[in-house]
Amino acid sequence: MSGLKKIAVLVKQVPATENVKINPETGVMMREGLSVEVNPLDLHAIEEAVRLKEKFPDILVTAVTMGPPSADKAVRYAIAMGCDEGVVLTDRAFAGSDTLATARALSAALKKLGSFDLILSGERATDGETGQVGPSVGSLLGLPVLTYVSKLSVGADKLDIERAVEGGHEKLSSPFPALAVVIKEINSPRLCTLGGKLKGRKSDIKILSFADLDIPKENVGLSGSPTKVVKVRYPQVTRKGKKLSAAEDFDGAVGELLKVLNDNRVEVNA
Amino acid sequence: MAAQNEVWTLAEIRDGKLHSVSYELLSWGRSLADSLKAPLVSVVLGDASDLPSLFEYGADKVYHVSAPELKHYLVDSQVSVLKEMVEKYEPQIFISSATTQGRSTMPVLYAKLGVGLTADCTGLSIQDGSLLQTRPAIGGNVMADIMTPLRRPQMCTVRPKSKRPLPRDARRKGEIVGYTPQKSSLASLLTFLGFEPESRVGLPIQDAEVIVAGGKGMKGTKNFALLDELAGLLGGSVGASRSAVDLGWAPASSQVGLSGKSVTPRLYLACGISGAVQHLAGMSGAETVLAINTDAEAPIFGVADLGVVGSVLEILPRLIGDLKKSSKGVSK
Repeated sequence: MSGLKKIAVLVKQVPATENVKINPETGVMMREGLSVEVNPLDLHAIEEAVRLKEKFPDILVTAVTMGPPSADKAVRYAIAMGCDEGVVLTDRAFAGSDTLATARALSAALKKLGSFDLILSGERATDGETGQVGPSVGSLLGLPVLTYVSKLSVGADKLDIERAVEGGHEKLSSPFPALAVVIKEINSPRLCTLGGKLKGRKSDIKILSFADLDIPKENVGLSGSPTKVVKVRYPQVTRKGKKLSAAEDFDGAVGELLKVLNDNRVEVNA
Repeated sequence: MAAQNEVWTLAEIRDGKLHSVSYELLSWGRSLADSLKAPLVSVVLGDASDLPSLFEYGADKVYHVSAPELKHYLVDSQVSVLKEMVEKYEPQIFISSATTQGRSTMPVLYAKLGVGLTADCTGLSIQDGSLLQTRPAIGGNVMADIMTPLRRPQMCTVRPKSKRPLPRDARRKGEIVGYTPQKSSLASLLTFLGFEPESRVGLPIQDAEVIVAGGKGMKGTKNFALLDELAGLLGGSVGASRSAVDLGWAPASSQVGLSGKSVTPRLYLACGISGAVQHLAGMSGAETVLAINTDAEAPIFGVADLGVVGSVLEILPRLIGDLKKSSKGVSK
């Protein structure tokens, strides 16, 4: 028995990072031909939801994303992993949303979709890397926000979690409903089965647009975003360092390394 | 008139003492407050024995909330108290460190306030009276300048260790102002059950001044003992590439990179790490980078100040031996 009936998983589609190449002359990421994928850290949130569903089969898991219409691929992937259904929140009105405007749209969509007992999200997306949308959605829905969750167990009317913080793990319990931001440590996401992929491909995906939400226009999109990007630069990350060969002069190379190590040694108080 | 509004920094307490990020934030805040001619404040939720040190590191004023409910960090009570305080004092800027606490408190708080929040800034300055926030994105391949034209406070988190504390000045004094929040703000839905410290060499990698990191070139979990030993000698911590973590050679908490942690140590020694873009994203903010790899073409050499083409399994034991000799005066 658990108090858990409905779970939502927030996912995001991002450019695939596995094959990202940087143009060495300009330092610009070469986006041409880049494929998209589900944000790798979101896979852990999906996996956790699916594991809960395996434990308590009457749970319904809904994967929700916001993005272009083609972001349905992300929720289809979540279904392929074992989620029950998918929702894509998409509208031109959302274009240019910062993390707050995104969280407003997502939280309004979640409200519209019904009352979830648990909302799961990944730690952060590998493109924007803010890690703000998950916690903001929980905040706007007035839920307890559990971050850096490395372990999660569901009881009758509460959630026991562990949080990976600097220097160790903290144990907390929270009532339902709650929002949990899970980290990589929590599980290893499964690969999709053939049957799962087929189900993902065939599922009807629910599309929500701005008109379906109960929020004012000035709360979303560019105009609803308090932060403005005023300039974007592509920094050169390369350094002009010295390169030595251990094969040619082992002692010399070790000596150079030692010099730097000794200069940077931290005084340890025993 | 707005220029008089305070610049706030959020102090962090660990084990009943102020954590060094509290001082780093004052270093960030001091230059902003000086350009704005505004007072610099450190906001402290909970009890710490060394509050006056905040003045010595740059604060003009401390807002202190003392309540037994704040003994353990619980995000909802922290946010409720801070929301009350922000609404009362109306600071123009509010900065926290991008620690697990800061990255939890700030995103919950800004959403309730309906203001802007910029994560993981590596640069902050004042432009026409407003805060110009610079942050890396897409694995450090893009640097974005971000402003919040209308909403106040302008909120952001800055990477730990991205700025050193100001030199301590024992003559600097200031005023500690106690703040008593409403009882309801101190209530939390969460229950703290306990803390289990991690048993491994050194500080958490986000706090470390020196990181010795290993990748696939370490060839196996038992060779990570070499990294532990070297990190111990240097007073540093052990990090790992994604491959090493995925192979089970190192814990996930030590992973550096896009799907791991971003670190900004003084020294980063990459051992047998080829330097995939995702890894570089997490460590290119290090002050000095050393790399050892058998592949002379490995991308890690492109970001290294000093690279050695060679085998870590030959070089590390030698480095450890030599460091032990040179530290023979220091007894264990």
